[in-house]
Amino acid sequence: MKPSGFTYHRPQTVDEALDVLGRVGPEGKVLAGGQSLVPMMNMRLAAPAELIDINRLTALDYVQVEGDGAGAAVRVGATARHTTVERDTAAFTVLPLLRQALSHVAHSTIRNQGTTVGSLVHADPAGEMTAVLALLDGSVEVRSAHGARCVSASDFFVGPLESCLEPDELATSAVFPVPEGRSGSAWLEVARRHGDYAVCGVGAVLRLDGDARVVAARTGYISVDATPVVLDLGEVIGRVPYDTADWDAAGRYAAAQLQPEGDIHASAAYRRQLAGVLTSRALSAAARHALARHDIMTEVPQ
Amino acid sequence: MTTRSLGEPVARREDPRLLSGQGRYVDDIGTGALEVAFVRSPHAHARIVDIDVTGALDVDGIVAIYTHEDLPGRVGEPLPLLIPHDALTHGRTPYPLAKDEVNHVGEPIVMVVATDRYVAEDACDRIQVEFDFLPPVVGIEVARDAEHLVHDDVPGNVAARLVQESGDARAAVAQAPHVLELDLEIERSASMPMEGKAVFARWDADDTSLRVYTSTQASTSVRAAVAAKLELPADRVEVVAPDVGGGFGVKIVHPWPEEILVPWAAVTLGREVKWTEDRREHFVSSAHERGQLQHVKVGFDSEGRLHGLDVTIWHDNGAYTPYGIIVPIITTTQLLGPYKPGAYRAECFSLYTNTVIVTPYRGAGRPQGCFAMERTMDAIADHLGLDRAVVRERNFIRPDEMPYDHGLVFQDGRPLIYDSGDYPASLDKLKKLIGWDEFDDYRAAARAEGRQVGIGMACYVEGTGVGPYEGGFVKVETDGSVVVATGLTTQGQGHQTAFAQIVADELGVPVEKVTVTTGDTRRFKYAVGTFASRAAVMSGNAVALAARNVREKALRIAGEALEADPRDLEIVDGIVQVKGTPGATVPLSTVAVLSNPLRYAFDEETQRATQFATPGDPEKPPVAEDDEPGLEGTDYYSPARSTFANGMHAAIVEIDPDTAEISILRYCVVHDCGTLINPRIVEGQIHGGVAQGVAGALYERMVYDDAGQLLNASFMDFLMPYATEVPRIEADHLETPSPLNPLGIKGAGEAGVIPGASVLASAIEDAEGFRISRMPISPSELYELRQRHERREQNTTNTKDSR
Ligand SMILES: Cc1cc2nc3c(=O)[nH]c(=O)nc-3n(C[C@H](O)[C@H](O)[C@H](O)COP(=O)(O)OP(=O)(O)OC[C@H]3O[C@@H](n4cnc5c(N)ncnc54)[C@H](O)[C@@H]3O)c2cc1C
Repeated sequence: MKPSGFTYHRPQTVDEALDVLGRVGPEGKVLAGGQSLVPMMNMRLAAPAELIDINRLTALDYVQVEGDGAGAAVRVGATARHTTVERDTAAFTVLPLLRQALSHVAHSTIRNQGTTVGSLVHADPAGEMTAVLALLDGSVEVRSAHGARCVSASDFFVGPLESCLEPDELATSAVFPVPEGRSGSAWLEVARRHGDYAVCGVGAVLRLDGDARVVAARTGYISVDATPVVLDLGEVIGRVPYDTADWDAAGRYAAAQLQPEGDIHASAAYRRQLAGVLTSRALSAAARHALARHDIMTEVPQ
Repeated sequence: MTTRSLGEPVARREDPRLLSGQGRYVDDIGTGALEVAFVRSPHAHARIVDIDVTGALDVDGIVAIYTHEDLPGRVGEPLPLLIPHDALTHGRTPYPLAKDEVNHVGEPIVMVVATDRYVAEDACDRIQVEFDFLPPVVGIEVARDAEHLVHDDVPGNVAARLVQESGDARAAVAQAPHVLELDLEIERSASMPMEGKAVFARWDADDTSLRVYTSTQASTSVRAAVAAKLELPADRVEVVAPDVGGGFGVKIVHPWPEEILVPWAAVTLGREVKWTEDRREHFVSSAHERGQLQHVKVGFDSEGRLHGLDVTIWHDNGAYTPYGIIVPIITTTQLLGPYKPGAYRAECFSLYTNTVIVTPYRGAGRPQGCFAMERTMDAIADHLGLDRAVVRERNFIRPDEMPYDHGLVFQDGRPLIYDSGDYPASLDKLKKLIGWDEFDDYRAAARAEGRQVGIGMACYVEGTGVGPYEGGFVKVETDGSVVVATGLTTQGQGHQTAFAQIVADELGVPVEKVTVTTGDTRRFKYAVGTFASRAAVMSGNAVALAARNVREKALRIAGEALEADPRDLEIVDGIVQVKGTPGATVPLSTVAVLSNPLRYAFDEETQRATQFATPGDPEKPPVAEDDEPGLEGTDYYSPARSTFANGMHAAIVEIDPDTAEISILRYCVVHDCGTLINPRIVEGQIHGGVAQGVAGALYERMVYDDAGQLLNASFMDFLMPYATEVPRIEADHLETPSPLNPLGIKGAGEAGVIPGASVLASAIEDAEGFRISRMPISPSELYELRQRHERREQNTTNTKDSR
C-alpha cells in the first residue's frame, strides 16, 4: 500500500495552479484534503504521475454568504475544510442544511482535513454534499488556464466518482443557494457505523406559508443511485397544513421512484425501505424546523 | 508491611509509554534495512504456469527477486503442521512461496527485496504470473458438496473428522420426552490487530548469528522454526518480540512464510531485511476464524433438563491446516459451557475451502460452541414456555459437583475436568445486575411508547491456562531493582504490570522496582507462547515460584549477615529485617551484592556490603557446591491440566421498527476468573473482548464472492466497530479460586468475546419474536428476515420438534 512515483507540485497561487494543470494534462491530479485521493493512491487505484497540491491556495480558503433575499447563497472556496464550513455561523444561520449534512460526513478528524469542494469533485454518490448541492440546485465554479465556467449540479455529477471536470480544470468554489421563504431542512441517514458513508441518506428542504401549509418540498438522496437523486414531493404532499400532511405516503411515493441497488452492506429492498422511512422522517423534521426557525425569526426585533 | 499489590487495580505501567507513541514495534526497528513486498495470488484457485520477472529487473533499487525455485533445502519445503492430531487425516500446509498451485487469494508467489517498500511494490506490479484456473471452492456448503476439490488428494475436502463422545447421545435423544433440531450458522471474522505482522532480520556474518525481530505471540517457537528451516544451530538464533500491537490469536501461528523468508534473505544477501505487512495483505494472507455451520439435535424433559445432545459441525478451515484442528477441538468441548449435557456427541468435519486459513482468533472456537449451546437453551425455553434463565439454571453443574469430569479430551490432550466455579451464584448476580426479573415491566412501558426492546443472556465456560509450561526468571540487582523475564510474549495485555505485582508481593518490594521483559529469547529461552488465556496463569505462577526461590535465598544470605534465623526475617519495602527487632536490617540491594563473592568495590553498594562480608571459611569454595552466585532464581510452572473460568452476559437491545437498526441499551457481564491479580486489567480485557463480541454479532464478516475474492478487504468495508458502536459495559466479578495453581488464578484474556453473538442473538430474538439462527446480523438482514417472517415464508423456528 505505497503509491507509485509521482512529481509533486505545490503552486502558491490559483494562476500558477491553472498553469501547471494546463501543462501536465491528463497525467495530473489535484490534491486537496487528500482524504479520498491518498487512500486511492496508496492502494494504487489511482496513480497520477503529477500531483498538484492546492493546499497553499489560501485565497480559496473561505466560506461566504453572498446576496440576500431570493438570490442569497453560501459560497465555499476550494480549500475550505468540511469543518470550516460546518462551523461557519453566518452560513449556518442562512443555510442550516450545510451543518445538518456535514455532521454526517465521516469523523471530525477527516472533516478537519477533507474539503467540501473536493468531496463534490470526488462525486461519490454516497457523499452527503453531492446531494446537498443537487437538492439546493447549486453549482460549481470551474476555472482553467483558458477561462471559467459555472456548472449546475445537475450537469456536474456524471457518474459514480465522476464529475464533468476536464483534466486541466480546477474547481474553485461551490455555490449553495439559500432556499426562499419560510423554509426548514433536515438531513437523516442510516450508516452501518457512526460516521461511515451512509447506506442511505436523505436531505429535505420544505417551505411553509404563513398558515403553516406546505408550499414546497424537495428531497435529495445519497447511496441510492450512481449520482445524487432529487425528488420534488410538493405535489404529492399537497398544500396542506404541515400537521396534517401524510409524510408516510410521501415516503412511500419517494421510495417507489428510486432504483437503489444492493451491495455487501444492504439489499436493494432494505435501501428502498430506508429511503421511504427517512423521507417521511426528514420531511416531518424539516417542517418542524421551518416552524421553529420562523418563530425564532419573528421574535428578533426589527 | 509492603502494601500488597496483588488484587489491587494498579494502573497499567506500560500505558504512558504506549499511549504517548513511545512504543517500539518491529517497523520502528531496522531503519535503512532492505524491504520486502510480495506478489500474491489474485486468484483463489489456480495452477501457476509461468512467472515472468523480466519486467521488474530494470526497476531502480531492486536487490533480489525470489520464487519457489530459488528456495534451497528446507526453506523451500512446506511449512510445518504444528499440531498434528489423529483425526486430522488430511493435513496440508503451504509452501512459503507457492509451488505450482495457489489455493487462496493472497497466497505469496514471488518475494521482492528492494531498497524500500515503494520500489518493491513497483517491481511487484511488473511481474507477470500466468495461471491456469481451477474451480474455486468457496463457502462451507460448496466445500461439503465437494463437487470440486481444494486439494486433489483430499477427498470430500475433509481435512479432519473429529468425534467427541460421552455416553450414547443418539439413544438418549431418541428416548427423550422432547426433541428439537436447530440449524445454525456463524460467519468468519478475524483478529485484526492494529499492527499487522512484521519481521526484521539481521545476520552477523562475523559472529555467525542471526537476530530476528518479529511481531509474534511465540518468539521461542519462531526461534526453533527459523533455526530448523535455515539449518542453523538454535544457539546462533535470537528472536525478539518487541512491542507488539495486538495479536488476538493470529500471531500465535508460526512460522508464517515471511518469518522464514525474511531471515533467509537476510542471511543469503548478508543485509538487513524487513517486511511490514500492510492492511490489505493482512486481510488476504494472515488468518480468519469462526465460520461454521451447525446442526443441533437435543433431547430434554418437560423441566427443560438435557438428556442428550447430538451436534454436527461443519468447520471452514480455509486452504491449509498449519495449526491443526485446535478450533474444532475447542468448539466441540467448550460448547458444553456450564451445563451437564446428559449424553453428548459432537462430530465435526473440518473442510478445506479456497480462502484464507483459519486459525484461532480470540475465543478460538468457543464463540461458535457457545452459540450452539445458548441458542439451544433459548429454543428449549421457548418450546416449553419456560424462563430462559430457569432452563439454564436447571442444567448447571452445581458447585458441589466440582471438580466435574465431562469424560472428553480438551485441547491440551488432557481430560476435560472443570476445577471450580459457582454457576448458580454467577447467574444470580447477572439477573440482579441487569434486572432480569423486572424486564417484563420495562418491555411493557417501552411498547406503550412504540419502542421495541428485547433481553437476552448467554453463559460460557472457558478452559484457560493450558500447559505444558512457562518459566520465570527473577533477579535482584545490586541497586535493589528487580528484573523479571518470562519467555511468553506480550501484545498489550498488561504483563509489565500484572507480573510485576506478583513478583513485588512475593519478594516484598514496591511494584515500581520491578521491570518485566517478555518474548525475548536472549532473556528467557523456554516458553510456549501467549494464547488460550494462559499468560497470567502460566507465567504468573512461574514468576511467583521463581520469586519465592529468590526470597528464600535472600533470607538465607540476610540471615548470615544479620546473624539471625531466616525464619525470623521478613522483607518490607525491599528491606530485610528481623521481625520485632528494629534496626536489624539489610536492604535487598546489599543482599544482592553479598550473593556474589566477586565484589569489586566499584559502587557504593559494594562498598557498603563489605561491612557485612563474613570472612569465608578458607577451606571452602567461595560459592558452595549447591549454590550459585547472584540473587536470582528461575522456576517453571507446569499444571496437570487447564483451569476453567466462566462468565455470563446479558444485554438489552432496542430495535427500530422501521429501519431495523439495533442499539444495545445495556450490556452486563458477570465474570469469574478466580483470584484477580489486577481488577482493572481484567476489566480492560473484558471490555476489549466485549467489543470484539459485539463486532462478531453485529458488524464484522468476511464477504467472499463465489470466485473467492474477499470483497471487503479494508477497514472501510470490514466493519470493525468504533468506540461509538461499543456499549457501556457493566461488569461484576465472582472470585472462585482455582485449586490447580499456587495463586488460584484463571485466565481472562478471551472471556469477553465468547458469548457476544449468543447474547445478542438471544436479545434480538426476544425483541423480534422470531428465531435468530445466523450471526452476525445486519439491519438489512434483519429487515429481510422480518419480511420473510411476515410472509410466513420462513420455517419460523429453524427448529423443529421431531416428536
Ligand atoms: C474514513 C473516511 C470516511 C469518510 N466518510 C465520508 C462520508 O461519510 N461522507 C463523505 O461525503 N465523505 C466521506 N469521506 C471523504 C471525505 O469527505 C473527503 O474529504 C472528500 O471526499 C474529498 O475531499 P478531499 O479534500 O479530501 O479531496 P482529495 O482526496 O484531495 O481529492 C478527491 C478527488 O477530488 C479531486 N479534487 C479535489 N479538489 C479539487 C478541486 N478543487 N478541483 C479539482 N479537483 C479536485 C482530486 O483530484 C481527487 O480526484 C470519508 C473519508 C474517509 C477517509
